[in-house]
Amino acid sequence: MLHEPAAKQEADNASDWKAKLGIKLFWLYCIIYMGFVALAVFATETLKTPALAGVNLAIIYGMGLIIFAIILGLVYNHACTKKENEMNQKGAE
Amino acid sequence: MNYIASPIAIVIFLAFVGFVLGLSFYYARKAKSAAGYFAAGGTIHWFVNGIAFAGDYLSAASFLGICGMIATMGFDGFLYSIGYLAGWIVALFVVAEPMKRLGKYTFADALDSKFNSKNIQLMAAVSTLAVSVFYLIPQMVGAGVLVTPLLGLPHWVGVIMVGAVVITIVATAGMTSTTYVQFLKGGLLIIFSTVLVVAVLNKGLSTAPSEQAFAPKQLNAATVMATGADGYTFVTKLDDEKSEQSFVKLAKEGIESWWLVTGLSLEEVQSKTETADGTLYNGAPKEANLFKPVGYIATLRDKDGNEIEKTGKLGVFSYLAAVDRSDVVRYPKGAQVKLTDGEAHVTLFCPTVTKGSDLLIPGQKFKTKTPIQKLNFISLMLALFFGTAALPHILIRYYTVPSQRDARKSTIVAIGAIGFFYILTLFMGLGAMTLGVMDVADGNMAAPLLAKTFSLVLFSIISAVAFATVLGTVSGLIVAASGAVAHDLMDKFMNVQMTDQQKVKAGKIAAVVVGIIAIILGIAFKGMNVSFLVGWAFAVAASANLPSIIMLLFWKKTTAKGIAWSIGVGMISALGIILTSPSMFVQYGRTAAEALHGLDNPGIISIPLSFITLIVVSLLTQKENIGLREKA
Repeated sequence: MLHEPAAKQEADNASDWKAKLGIKLFWLYCIIYMGFVALAVFATETLKTPALAGVNLAIIYGMGLIIFAIILGLVYNHACTKKENEMNQKGAE
Repeated sequence: MNYIASPIAIVIFLAFVGFVLGLSFYYARKAKSAAGYFAAGGTIHWFVNGIAFAGDYLSAASFLGICGMIATMGFDGFLYSIGYLAGWIVALFVVAEPMKRLGKYTFADALDSKFNSKNIQLMAAVSTLAVSVFYLIPQMVGAGVLVTPLLGLPHWVGVIMVGAVVITIVATAGMTSTTYVQFLKGGLLIIFSTVLVVAVLNKGLSTAPSEQAFAPKQLNAATVMATGADGYTFVTKLDDEKSEQSFVKLAKEGIESWWLVTGLSLEEVQSKTETADGTLYNGAPKEANLFKPVGYIATLRDKDGNEIEKTGKLGVFSYLAAVDRSDVVRYPKGAQVKLTDGEAHVTLFCPTVTKGSDLLIPGQKFKTKTPIQKLNFISLMLALFFGTAALPHILIRYYTVPSQRDARKSTIVAIGAIGFFYILTLFMGLGAMTLGVMDVADGNMAAPLLAKTFSLVLFSIISAVAFATVLGTVSGLIVAASGAVAHDLMDKFMNVQMTDQQKVKAGKIAAVVVGIIAIILGIAFKGMNVSFLVGWAFAVAASANLPSIIMLLFWKKTTAKGIAWSIGVGMISALGIILTSPSMFVQYGRTAAEALHGLDNPGIISIPLSFITLIVVSLLTQKENIGLREKA
C-alpha cells in the first residue's frame, strides 16, 4: 500500500497530444502576458489611453488577461476531453 | 487606527473556528493511512478540489495584501492579481497532468520518478520546506493583523491562535480536513467579496467625506502662532529636512495636535506619538478614539469634465471610468514624516492628492524610470507567472483527485474562481481607497474596513472569512511541509523503516514543529505588507522548483544531478538576493541605500541561473542516464 499512488492510474494514450497542445497554448498566453509587461515597463503612459467604455487600457488589458485565461482553460479542457475519448476508447468516462 | 472588538464579530469567528475544528475531528477517524493523511486518499471530487485550490491559493496575501495595496497604491496592487492568475496558465498547460501522472504524495515524488536519486529527494524536500516557510510568514503576519480589529487582541495573540488552530486541523486529519476547510473558505471568500463589490458599486462615488473619516481642519498660520485661535495655542515648530515640510504642534484643552504648514495656513494631520509612558494617537490615548480612518475623493467629474458631488449607483465600467476622472486624497506610507520632539518619536500622516488616471496605471509603487526599476518590475512579473506552478502546497493538491482528467478539470475550476475573485479585488481596493475607511498606519486591513462602512455584520463576516483565509492557506502549507519531512526526507532520503501509521505520526509531529516555527516568524515579521512577502515566496518557488519540473518533462537529457543542483542554485541565489535586498535592509533596521544591490525581486537573475545550472550539470553527467528507463 505504501508504494502505490494515492489513486489508481489508467494508461493515457492522449498524453503526448495534450502536452503538445498545452505548450502551444502556454506560449500564446505567455506572449500576450509579456506584451502587457512590456507596455507597463517601456510605455507606461500608453496604458492611460481609454480602451473601452471610458476605462483605460491598463485595466482592460489586465482584466482581459484574467478572462482570457479562463476561456483558454475551457477550450483546452474541451479539446483534451474530446481527444481522450477518441484515443482511450476503454478508459473513457 | 484604534479598534474596538464587536461581539458579533467574536461570535461569528468562534462559530467558524468551532465548525472547522469539528470537521477536522470528524475526518480524523478517516485519515489513518499515509495516503489518507497526505493526499486525502485521492478521492476528492474535481469541483471540490477546484474550489479548494482557490481556498488554498487565495491567501491572506490576496485578500488583505492585494486589496490593501490597491487601496494605497492603485493599479500596482492589481498587477499581483494579474500575475498570480497568469501563473495558473503554467500550472494548467504544463504541469498539472504530468505531475498527477508521475507523483504520489509530494512534488519530490514526481521529480524523482525517473531517477530514484538521494540528491533529488534531499534538495526537493529542502526547497519545499524553504518555500513553505517563506510563504507561511505573510500568512501569519496577516493573522496578527486581523485579530486586532476582530477580537481586540494584540498581534502576537492572533499569530499564536492561528498557529494553534491550524496545527490542530493538520495534525488531526491532514489533507482531508485541510481540503474541506479550503473548500469552505474559498466559497465563502468569493461569495462575500461579491456582496462587498455590489455594495461598493451601488454606493458609487462621492466627494462628501464619510462621517467616521478624518476631515482635516484648516487654521490661519499667522494668527494661531501669534495669539492663538479657535482655542488652539502654539507649542512648537519643527522642520523635516527629508520632505522639506514644516510642522507645528498646537495644544487645545490639554490635547496636543500636529499641523502641516501649507503657505499661509495650517492643515491638521494625524499623529502617533511614542513616549516612554506609552503611545498617543492624535495626542490622546488609544481609548479616546481620536485616530480616524482616511482616504476620500477630492474632486469628482462627470463625462464632460464638469465637477459633481456624487455619482450615484454605478456599473462595472462606469465605476472605473469615474475613478479615472477624479482626484483622490491618499495617505501613502511614502508621505509619512517621522520627527523627534524632545524625548518623543512622532509619526505624522500627511495627505497626497493624486489624479485618478495616474492611480489606474502602474507606477505608484513600482516605478519604471531607471534600468534597475525596469528590471525589478520584469523580475516581479516573471516570478508571479512562473511561481504558481512551483508552489509545493498547490502541487500536492493534484494528488487528492482520482485521475489526470480530474486534475485538469479542477485546475480550470480554480482558474475561474480565482480569476473572478481577482477582478473583485480591484473594486474592493478602489472602494476602500475612496470611501474614507483606510487605516493610515496599516494598509492590510482595507477589505474588512471597507465592509465596516456598509454594516457591522458584513464587517464581522468578512473579518471571519479573512481569518478563515489564513487558516486554509496555512493548513495547506503545513501539510506540504509535513509531507516533505515525513515522506521525502525520512522515508525516501533517510530510508527510515516506518509502517504506514508511523509515517502518519511522523507527518503529524512535523506539522506541529513547522507550525511552531511559523508562529515565531509571524511575530518577528509584524508590519510588512503581506503581498510583498508572498512575492518573494513566489520568487523562491519559481527559481528553485520550476526549472527542474519543466526540464524533466521536456528535455530528455536531464539528469538527477542536474535537477538537484538546479534546485539548490535556484533556491540559494533567490534567497541570497532577497536577504541582501534594499527591502530587507530596511527590515534589519538599516537604510535601503546600504543594501548590497538595488534588486528587490530576484526572479530575473535566479530563474535563468537555475535553468543554466540544470543544463550544464546535466550535460556534464550524461553517463548517469545510461540504462534509465522512462517511467510509463
